[in-house]
Amino acid sequence: MVVSMKFLGKKFLRLIAVVLAVTALTFLMVNFLPGDVAYEIAGPDAALEDVKAIQEELGLNKNVFIRYVSWLGHVVSGDFGKSFRTHRPVLDEIVSRLPVTIELLILAQFLALALAIPAGIISGYKAQTGIDRSLSSTAFAMISIPIFVLALVLIFVFALKLKWLPATGYTPISDGLWLNLRGFILPALSIALVEWVPLMRVLRSDMISTLKEDFILMARSKGLPVSHVLFRHALRPSSFTLITILGIQIGHLIGGALIIEIIFALPGIGRLFVSSIFARDFYMVQGCVLFIAVAYVIINFLVDVFYSVLDPRIRLEERNG
Amino acid sequence: MGDSAKDSSAGICFKRSTKLGFAFWLPAAWIVFVAFCGVSANLWGLPEPDLMDWNNPAAVPGTKGNILILEQSGEGVERLYIHLLGTDTLGRDIVSRLAYGARVSLAVGLIAPGIGLVLGGILGMFAGFYRGRLGAIIVGTMDAILAFPGLVLLLAITFYLGASVQNLIIALGILTVPAFCRVARANTLTFAEREFIQAARALGENEMSILIREILPNVIMPMIVYALLVVAFMIVIEGALSFLGLGVPSPTPSWGGMIAEGREVLEETPHVSMIPSFVMFLTVLSFNLIGDSLRGLRDTKEGQL
Repeated sequence: MVVSMKFLGKKFLRLIAVVLAVTALTFLMVNFLPGDVAYEIAGPDAALEDVKAIQEELGLNKNVFIRYVSWLGHVVSGDFGKSFRTHRPVLDEIVSRLPVTIELLILAQFLALALAIPAGIISGYKAQTGIDRSLSSTAFAMISIPIFVLALVLIFVFALKLKWLPATGYTPISDGLWLNLRGFILPALSIALVEWVPLMRVLRSDMISTLKEDFILMARSKGLPVSHVLFRHALRPSSFTLITILGIQIGHLIGGALIIEIIFALPGIGRLFVSSIFARDFYMVQGCVLFIAVAYVIINFLVDVFYSVLDPRIRLEERNG
Repeated sequence: MGDSAKDSSAGICFKRSTKLGFAFWLPAAWIVFVAFCGVSANLWGLPEPDLMDWNNPAAVPGTKGNILILEQSGEGVERLYIHLLGTDTLGRDIVSRLAYGARVSLAVGLIAPGIGLVLGGILGMFAGFYRGRLGAIIVGTMDAILAFPGLVLLLAITFYLGASVQNLIIALGILTVPAFCRVARANTLTFAEREFIQAARALGENEMSILIREILPNVIMPMIVYALLVVAFMIVIEGALSFLGLGVPSPTPSWGGMIAEGREVLEETPHVSMIPSFVMFLTVLSFNLIGDSLRGLRDTKEGQL
């Protein structure tokens, strides 16, 4: 237990360091890159005095380091600034969009697993056969389809031609769970159809090595049905890499969700982010980048910790290495 | 972004043969064809990519139309022209836009990983060779960059720099540095303690020349194989940005932009979106297949870093 506390402490210190680096990078982006924010806010026709006044108001004429520290203080207390466009606090706006993005990410990951687990198990069990080859080739082709192309194909087939599901639009959960879910099926499927590939691949290769173990032979020779052996005996020891990949994938997933929210007009954080970019809403963009990056770092930290709880070897390696 | 490049490197190779088969030559031929079309786009009398045929918006493949061609004398002449792959919503010839769009896709797809390869390679080799404080600083910085979800960081950079092909290439290049740095570092680590390095040291070679003459030749191959997979990913990312309207500014033709423009007429004339989609898919698939074949040929675990 002492060891694991020490291990957690070390991981946590690293988390703090990375979060600080992320905030610094986000802050510097606004401050050092071309075009002063004050000119941007004042607009093209503003007089120099107006720009000066805005600079004064935002504290832009102070030392960068001092500004960073005071900005960080505001951020920690939850004050991300106000949107130029809507004049609402940035953090409120982000938090109000959060449920949509989370629902999309969870549904997408769920569908990806629903595809990857059976496919990975079958591929591993029937390794080097026709089934394995066709599954793996399909996976290889799938990962080469850009996510926005996949989304358009799905819209074309299921929304425009078959008219089974809506092409765009979001219905809040309060209007009925089914209506809400209907709008999420195609977006989540678009992400899942790309994301299941790495999951399936690692499960397949881990499955192949697990199936060579003696305890599988033992289970088989007891006369247990194949499906029982595969799902009950082989799946769990084969899923460590799968769980790691699930964590690593989240960054990729967030990027995918961003594009998908735009295509399907879902009012999530990704859509807020991109529309703020178009509107040149600086604080909103900064807030979104910061929020997404910090959330991502924290999720990765949690996955790391969770993984080391599952597999003691990681803790030992960290201690020795 | 490093994540997905890694994913696509965990490829599928059933037979580890020592020869390059169809899975290499067919995609290679496609890439050469696309590159040739892009480079020579202005040589075969294609209409300009932004020339609009007002009578034939969103025309199906094979439609005959009249286009205005500028003669060398400077006079415009109406000429019969067959739109082999049809036209987009503004009546612009799809073949022409695909060919000119290939320039953007390949420029971004090849130059950005080039930047990452050089910068990341140098940093990674230093980090692997000097494992003290310098190594720790490099690794730490790279981890901080990797802490951003790739697309978000990219959008942020292009937002502050402004969207142009040049800025896009720089931003994407920076984005690939950490992944290349990791590959270079891991490969350097495996060689840094080997006997031939010690021999070079004993012979009095200085460290710079050990890095360049002894380590670089061993690190460069896995880096290039990895780069091919990054190229595929860069083409997708460029497409995604142009699709969102945040990449290559209009009217420069780009595949992602073409796909986005076809969305409005997806139901009536799906080919406007689907043709560039298919071309992009084939190109990405080709780079993935080539990378996978080369990795299979090397038959080591290095590709999975």
